[in-house]
Amino acid sequence: MSAKIRAKLKNGEVTIKALMTHPMETGMRKDKATGKVVPADYIQNVKCELAGKQIMDCNWNATVSKNPYLSFKCDGKKGDEFKMTWTDNSGKTDSLAVQVK
Amino acid sequence: MIKNKRRLFLKTAMAGSSVGVAVAAGLLTPTAVLAEWNKSAFTAKKVPDAISALYGSGNAAESAEIMITAPDVAENGAVVPVDIKTTLKDVENISLLVSENASPLAASFDTTAAIKGEVSIRVKVGKSGDLIATVKSGGKLYTAKRPVKVTTGGCG
Repeated sequence: MSAKIRAKLKNGEVTIKALMTHPMETGMRKDKATGKVVPADYIQNVKCELAGKQIMDCNWNATVSKNPYLSFKCDGKKGDEFKMTWTDNSGKTDSLAVQVK
Repeated sequence: MIKNKRRLFLKTAMAGSSVGVAVAAGLLTPTAVLAEWNKSAFTAKKVPDAISALYGSGNAAESAEIMITAPDVAENGAVVPVDIKTTLKDVENISLLVSENASPLAASFDTTAAIKGEVSIRVKVGKSGDLIATVKSGGKLYTAKRPVKVTTGGCG
């Protein structure tokens, strides 16, 4: 799991744009080559923190597209650390932090 | 009477042990998975069931203060960008459902006052239907929907 996050301050608001690399498999797709069902593998939870405080808790299922894109606006200032932590359905977790520019 | 007690004992023992076994096998990480992810909401097959499972009640009022931006026609049903914006105050939760999908509830965002009432995400839309946004504001539930068409097959 990897990700790219952009956190930018503009007009008094911080815009967060995050792109995560993840197959987001529903568990309902058959692999054309092997004929076997591809097991479910998707991000279930994403926690967003800004300057050490949790500002949003996202819960998803595999309906979210492959390589999930998430964007939102929030209050914040330059230099604040924005951190995203995501967990998938097998319990694997990863995180990435960037500074608001 | 003894039979009933035995049944109850067996029932609770079975329930307890299966969770225990699952945790031991590493299939369930107690804090992360059990606490937050609302399985009944995310696996519900119908929109009203998903909404009840998510919020505890299904009564949502239509609101013009929820704006859904998405393509009228999605060329690629696997990646449909959806933006939900709301001018409602005291927003605690914003959720997105795709009416014709096998599990309609796609995403549920628990927000704090720091979030400016808008989220954008990309979802899979299997069949033409509605994109439904629900917002919990000031303890009450509001909703809006927007039709989306998916072109299937061919070159467009």
